[in-house]
Amino acid sequence: MANTPSFVRTQMLDPKDPPITEKGAVKWIRENLFSGWLNSILTLVSLYVIYWVLAHILPWALGGIWNAESLSECREIRDASGVGHDVACWAVIGARWHQLLFGFYPSELYWRPILALILFGVAIAPVLFDTAPRKLLIVTAIMPFAAYWLLWGGTIWGPIVTALGFVIGWAIIKYGSATLGALGATIAAIVVPLLYWLFVAGAISGALGSALPIGIESVASDRFGGFMLAIVIGVAGIVMSLPLGILLALGRQSDLFIINKCSVFFIEIIRGVPLIVWLFTASLLLNYFLPPGTNFDLMLRVIIMVTLFSSAYIAEVVRGGLAALPRGQYEGADSLGLDYWQSMQLIILPQALKISIPGIVSTFIGLFKDTTLVVFIGLLDPIGLSNAIRADAAWNGIYWELFIFIGLCFFIFCFSMSRYSMWLERKLHTGHR
Amino acid sequence: MTIQVVAFALILAAIWFLGRNIVHNLEELGKDFNFAFLNSRAGYDINQRLIEYSNDSTHGRAALVGILNTLLVAFLGCILATILGVIAGVLRLSKNWLVGRLMTVYVEGFRNIPLLLWIILIFAVMTESTPGPRDFRGDDAEASMILGESVAVTNRGIYVPNVVFTRSLGGNEMTEAADGVEAAVIPSAVAMDWLLVLVLLVGGVFASKAIGRWATRTQEATGVRPPATFWMQLGVILGPFVVVMLVLGATLDIPELRGFNFSGGIHMRNSLIALWFALSLYTGAFIAEIVRAGIMAVSKGQTEAAFALGLRPNRTMNLVILPQAMRVIIPPLISQYLNLTKNSSLAIAVGYMDVRSTLGGITINQTGRELEGMLLLGLFYLVTSLIISGVMNIYNNSVKLKER
Repeated sequence: MANTPSFVRTQMLDPKDPPITEKGAVKWIRENLFSGWLNSILTLVSLYVIYWVLAHILPWALGGIWNAESLSECREIRDASGVGHDVACWAVIGARWHQLLFGFYPSELYWRPILALILFGVAIAPVLFDTAPRKLLIVTAIMPFAAYWLLWGGTIWGPIVTALGFVIGWAIIKYGSATLGALGATIAAIVVPLLYWLFVAGAISGALGSALPIGIESVASDRFGGFMLAIVIGVAGIVMSLPLGILLALGRQSDLFIINKCSVFFIEIIRGVPLIVWLFTASLLLNYFLPPGTNFDLMLRVIIMVTLFSSAYIAEVVRGGLAALPRGQYEGADSLGLDYWQSMQLIILPQALKISIPGIVSTFIGLFKDTTLVVFIGLLDPIGLSNAIRADAAWNGIYWELFIFIGLCFFIFCFSMSRYSMWLERKLHTGHR
Repeated sequence: MTIQVVAFALILAAIWFLGRNIVHNLEELGKDFNFAFLNSRAGYDINQRLIEYSNDSTHGRAALVGILNTLLVAFLGCILATILGVIAGVLRLSKNWLVGRLMTVYVEGFRNIPLLLWIILIFAVMTESTPGPRDFRGDDAEASMILGESVAVTNRGIYVPNVVFTRSLGGNEMTEAADGVEAAVIPSAVAMDWLLVLVLLVGGVFASKAIGRWATRTQEATGVRPPATFWMQLGVILGPFVVVMLVLGATLDIPELRGFNFSGGIHMRNSLIALWFALSLYTGAFIAEIVRAGIMAVSKGQTEAAFALGLRPNRTMNLVILPQAMRVIIPPLISQYLNLTKNSSLAIAVGYMDVRSTLGGITINQTGRELEGMLLLGLFYLVTSLIISGVMNIYNNSVKLKER
């Protein structure tokens, strides 16, 4: 007789819940924080560190006082409220933010740097994001002159006449190549605008200025300060050092003996000496190298020095990119019959620059951070202004609030630059090198 | 060819233009170009000096004191930055989520905020938030010395114990402690003792390496490693060291509160501490990224292959991963050392007397020799970086993959 079971389950049981230690938050904590005795110790230590830091900073920062006229008033308010611990005196930011941002720029003219910043945002958009409308590139082209005019003011004819020099150079390249040949046109495009700027431009802008006096109130360089100064020096340095750096890198990779040796010499000298020594050179020694009687703005000297300095670093980064390209790319370009500039422009540089994006951006971040060094030659960058604020009797002895504000501003700028470079790197990543 | 000739002509013209301007300007100012000022009396004091120096010494001597101070902070900074960077880099790769995040905060914070701000910040912490020497006074003092009553952290700097030799080779000459002047050991007298100790230590390291090679040879020949090799190696290094220390009568000179200030021990000024810590923390953040990239550059297959061979995890790390990671890590690491050395010129922010403040600062101001002073200063930094990059090139060539 068949042994028939009395009962057969006809449907599947619901799966049992996994053990409590193997799911959800508990599992995550076990795996990520307490997976072994070493990890447990590390977790406990870091928890303690976080607790210690927050316990010291949070009550101080959150209990901060925003409405006061001076540090002593801050202390009175604190003592009156009966708080036992120290609290921040954020009132200094409220009272002096305009100095930290604009230096001693006339306060009724704040719209000018703000407008320049907005314009800069518009001008930089088509360069940073290829989804932005291409027509904005016109803004990019006129931006340097517009920004100069807005920030420094004065007659409108100066920037326009200067811009005309670039137009002349461009016109010579465009229409002169047929008659002068490529090399002749290039040389002419450099020499003619130089002669124009040296001898003709001043007279023209003077004549136009007296005939049609259009202009806005001019502001001297020594009124510039704070983050405005840092951004002006940083942006000018970044914009000018990239092309110069690429040229230097090409020079260092070139087969032409003299150009090669000169580039190597320039790059090594600049990189071997700290920026602060170069800045002192600019402020102490530049007069020795110029014809007697010439004297130009300290800020302009700083911009030139910072540009030269970071272009040497960019040259090394780009050289790394050029060296990383497989030899076949160069040979492929040659075999297509492209000349040197065509092959560089169409084949080599796009790939080399793509490889060197992280290095270039970190050089830019370094440049922006290094703008703080100008405090040592007497320009009022944010750190210099924090000393100036402390020299005021009302705020004598205030440190952390100012440092935190300055540090946060720098962090926002530099961190967003590094995130942009990571985004760009991901976007341009084509699967192979 | 045409381009080369044009470029050459332009460069010659530029050099001629600059040179003519310099000669002309020097004439105009009535200055000449010579380095004789290096032999004249300096006339200023330097608060931290590693070699004998007084305000009667020459400007050249002052420059040398500055150079040594620069090298001191660069050396200390490189060591601490490496330690911090390696720890942070390894911990950032840790599977522990919390530790990883914490290290990310450290790295991003220091990489995105100017070094100058960190130096000033740490200097402010050192001077504003630490107790003054008088807080250590009395039975219920507000502050106390740490690490077994041997280290005092004050707003005038950190006092740490010093090793002095009671039976020194050169006789232990101390300057008298007068009012306001700290007693200091005259450096040249103890230099002989330290030189002897250093020679013995270096000799010990070489001897222990020789023992190691002998043990390996024996092991390869007989299959048995000689017993107690490790202890022999340790003994060769430590034995002579301990004996010499005892013979010379080395004792700890512990700082103690005397009068209004601490005396004895080594006084590390706030300027040195701030510069040292800030440079180390800042460079450490960059080194952490280099270490992380180096470890990640070794492909996972290497680890798996090592496991397949039956190597234990720590031997896998030591024998397989690290040698390959080092090849990626060392070149950028050395360029970070170079950056640290150059960044030490930010000493100006806290008044640390490095070569820029002595040769490039006070000397220039006193003698009016900007051109010569800046030239020497630039040359010093240039030579330093060329030497370091030369060493790096030698290393790079020695570890280059020998492939065909």
